[in-house]
Order: sequence, then C-alpha cells, then structure tokens
Amino acid sequence: MTEEKPKEAPKKLEAHDASSHPWVESLRAALPDTVLSAKEFAGQVTVTVAREAMARVARHLKDAEDFKYCVDVTAVDWKDRQPRFDVVYHFYSFSKNGRLRVKCGAADGEDVPSIASVYLAANWPERETWDMFGIRFSGHPDLRRILTWEGFHGHPLRKDFPLEGVDTGAAIYPEEWPEGGGPSLDDPNRKAVS
Amino acid sequence: MPRPADGSPENPGAHTLFDVQEMELNFGPQHPSTHGVLRLVLKVDGEKILEAKPDVGYLHRGTEKLFETETYPMGIPHTDRMDYVAAATNNHAFCLTIEKLLGVEIPRRAQLIRVILDELQRLSSHLVWLGTSGIDLGAVTPFWYAFREREQILDFFEEYCGARLTLNCMRIGGLPFDLTPGWIERLSEFLDDLPARIDDYEQLLTDNRIWKKRTVGVGVISAEECIEWGLTGPVLRGSGREWDLRRAQPYECYDELDFIVPTRPGGDTYDRYIVRVQEMRQSVRILKQCVAKLGPGEIRGKVPRVIKPPAEEVYASIEAPKGELGFYCVSNGTNRPYRMHCRPPSFINLQALPRLAKGHLISDLVALIGTIDIVLGEVDR
Repeated sequence: MTEEKPKEAPKKLEAHDASSHPWVESLRAALPDTVLSAKEFAGQVTVTVAREAMARVARHLKDAEDFKYCVDVTAVDWKDRQPRFDVVYHFYSFSKNGRLRVKCGAADGEDVPSIASVYLAANWPERETWDMFGIRFSGHPDLRRILTWEGFHGHPLRKDFPLEGVDTGAAIYPEEWPEGGGPSLDDPNRKAVS
Repeated sequence: MPRPADGSPENPGAHTLFDVQEMELNFGPQHPSTHGVLRLVLKVDGEKILEAKPDVGYLHRGTEKLFETETYPMGIPHTDRMDYVAAATNNHAFCLTIEKLLGVEIPRRAQLIRVILDELQRLSSHLVWLGTSGIDLGAVTPFWYAFREREQILDFFEEYCGARLTLNCMRIGGLPFDLTPGWIERLSEFLDDLPARIDDYEQLLTDNRIWKKRTVGVGVISAEECIEWGLTGPVLRGSGREWDLRRAQPYECYDELDFIVPTRPGGDTYDRYIVRVQEMRQSVRILKQCVAKLGPGEIRGKVPRVIKPPAEEVYASIEAPKGELGFYCVSNGTNRPYRMHCRPPSFINLQALPRLAKGHLISDLVALIGTIDIVLGEVDR
C-alpha cells in the first residue's frame, strides 16, 4: 500500500484586492473613472466597471491590451440588490495567455452598451442574456430571443421566474393542465427559485 | 473545355436571361443533416445561399436554471445531457470549476483516469463526427467503420460506470469508482489496434477525389476571423492557430504528457477533417502514456461531505472535443450554486455558420454543419 501522508486541511482560497494589477492599471489610465473595483480570486482577475463605459472598455481591452477573444457574456440576477443584475464578460488574450473577467451592474430596465460591434463573438451570448434575463443591449444589431421563442413571456433565469414555467397558452395535455403549459398564478405548487 | 465564368459574355448566366427570384427556404428543424433540431432560414438564389439565419432553442431545457435548484453534485448528471456524445468532458469541466472554487487537489491516479476518460471521449466524439459528416456528404462506408470502434469505446465506458452515453463518470474531487480489473489491459489492446483502424478511415477519405471535391475550399476562414467569431477547437486549429487549452492552460496532468497540437493552414472543411483525424492519433498517444503512468493510489481528494464553497465566483474551462467548454460558477456560500453558466463551444461555433455558408451551395451547407461539429443539446442547453 502507499505510505500514509499526514492529513492536511485544504488551504482556503481567499479573494484579495487587485487594483494594482497591470491590466487594471492600464484600464484605469486609459479610461479614468470607469474602474469601480478589482479583485483576484483563485488567480482570476475581476474588474467591475461603470455600465455606460462597457463598449469603450471592450474596445480598449481589444486594441490596447490584446484581449482579442471574447469568451462569453452572461449575467447574474441578485434580485434584492441595487442594481439588480451583474453583466459578466470573459476575455482571453492569446499573447498574455490570460483571462480577464469584466463586470458591470445594471438595474432592471437599464440598457447596457452592446459590445457586439467590437467582438462579433458577443452577438449570440448577448442575445442569450437578453432572452434569459431581460437585459437590453443598446446598439446590438439583432437583439431577438434566441433560446426561447418569439412571443414567450418572461425571462427564465431571473430568480423570480418559477421553476415550473409559466402559462404560455400552449397546452400539451389540456386535460391535466387546462390553462396552458404550467401552474397558474394562484397554484400553491408554483414556486420561484431564490 | 472549362465552362466560362458566370456573367462573362460567353456565359451571361441565368440572371441576364431569366427573371430570378430570391426564395426563402426552411432548412430543418427536421432534416437528417442538421444532427438534431436546428432550423436554418435560408435566402437562396437558385442553389446559392445568399443568407443563412440559424434558429436554435428547440432543445432548450433550462439546464442553467436546474443547476440553481439542486446541490453541486446533483448538477453533474445534467451536464451529461448537454453535449450528449461527449459526456465525460462535460462532467470534467463542471467538476473542475467547483474544485477550483473549493481549492481541492485531485489525487494523481484520479487525474490520470480523468485524462483517460477525456481522451476516450474525444475519440468517440470525433468518430461520431467522422461517421455522420461523412454520411452527409455521401460517404456511407466510413460510418460503419467509425461506429464499430465507437462501440468498443462505449463498451469501455459501460464497464467503467455502467452507462454508455450519459456517463456521470466524475465527482467533485475525483472519481466515483476505480477501474475494474482487466480494464487497462483491454484498453491497451484496443489502443494497439486503433492506429491501423484510423489508417483505414484515412484510406477511405483523405485522398478520395469525391471527398476532396466536396470539402477542399469549402467554408474557408482565417485564424484572425476565427478568433473574432470566438471559434475554438479543431475549427481554430484547422485555420492554422496552434491553440489548445490542454497545452495553453494545462489542467490535470496534461503538462507532463507528450503530444502535438495538430494544425493545418488552409482553414477549409478538408483541413478541419485532417486536424480531427490527427487529433485522434494524438489521443491514442496520450492514452498510451497515461496507461504507462497509471499507478495505485486514491481516486478521491479531500472533499467535505456537504459541498459549500466560499461565496466567490470562478470560471474554468477545458478543451472539449468541440472547442473551449467552460463553466462560470457564482456561489453564495450555500450548498447550491447561485448561478451556474455554461460556455458551450457548439453554441458559439454555430454563430459563425452564416459567415461560412454565405455564397456556397445548399449541398455545401450540409458539409459546413458537419464541419463545425455541433451538438444541439449543447447549443440549446
């Protein structure tokens, strides 16, 4: 058998401030007043920027910092927080072999500047974010729903959207679900995910 | 005598002789070559595609919503249903994200078995791709060969975890089971056999004149454009960029394994085919090294019984058979993820299809859907 190693508790990872990180410094120097905070956790840098400046931030990262590849755009719903949503972008730089996460807050109903004109790759992810969270991207060339269908009501990944779905009027089994595809508003079984 | 170019005085083309109408054509969602339920709204002029608009979401099951309602380990089986021809890599990316959040170390034996499962999955995924995209272009024979070997790989999975497709074969911090007795020996026999089988596929296709006619110069895209569109995996490498997450940001024990990242300069469907076949050969190489390195040891790291990561966020990604597969996890300190987002390679790669298809014929579109290798379960989630 293999020798017994002394059991150690796994070291707890902790987040720390990353304001002095070179990428954050460069962003702050180029676009003053846009960087709100920066932190590092598990070797990943997260920068929170002002919502209005998002397109300019993306342009700076792409042209000056060589983050040529936009990995993903998504959002997080914080429900009771102000602003309600975090829109989260992931960028990758081939020359640095590094990733950067950029976040900006958006209240319900507020527009976020689209980065689809900066990165073509952001087109569908932004549509998905609109579809799933109801966050509008101003300046997006084709902001339609993508995973649900035209005419769908609600945005499924919002925390107040019920897990069982909503009545869309498209009943598959009319005997069992007379009102449509899900429980009605006063159904006690209807619950939202918190 | 070669036919004069369309529009030249010798061949004025249909446009000048007849009234031509642009037509809108629904391609799918029920079409055998779309490999699932993908609908494309095509604007065509005769056989020529002027515009292609993909319409996805027919298989949307709200997987990301489901992740939020269940504990961390309960999310793993859901990942099987995303890219359902490559479940092991999905499990891997999911587990890796949570392990990063927890800061857990994986025992060496578990790392090696994970790499073995990943590479077997890559082989089986590429074999499905080879068989089906061959059939789409009229090459029916390779399908039977490719699925014969895939069947053997699925047998290995079945023996390991009981399932053939929806494997659920990884756990946060390691693996659910150790290998069964004799598994490694049978795998070694299979690996000795496989390169000759790959030669067989290549003999059927690589220098085949019809195959080349259908693939060379179809859907050409440069590496710069690939990056602009977010294309990763064999598509990016087929355009000449040597970028593979197994090499660029190694996870598990890929940094100590010796393998080549195959690339081709052309960026067309044929080059992507060559890259995938070469990747299969490299997978065999990696598997052989893992088999040689595999020693006894633990298969599970020190993970608490109830997984409650710190209230942080993390993104982790791996090189899945189709490209960069990443998960972004936001924890709020409870036993369920507050937000779990998947960055599926198929979804992002599919958005470049209109760019690739523009100006080609409808029959080339079939080749292009095959060459970007999408799985609709992952596109729609």
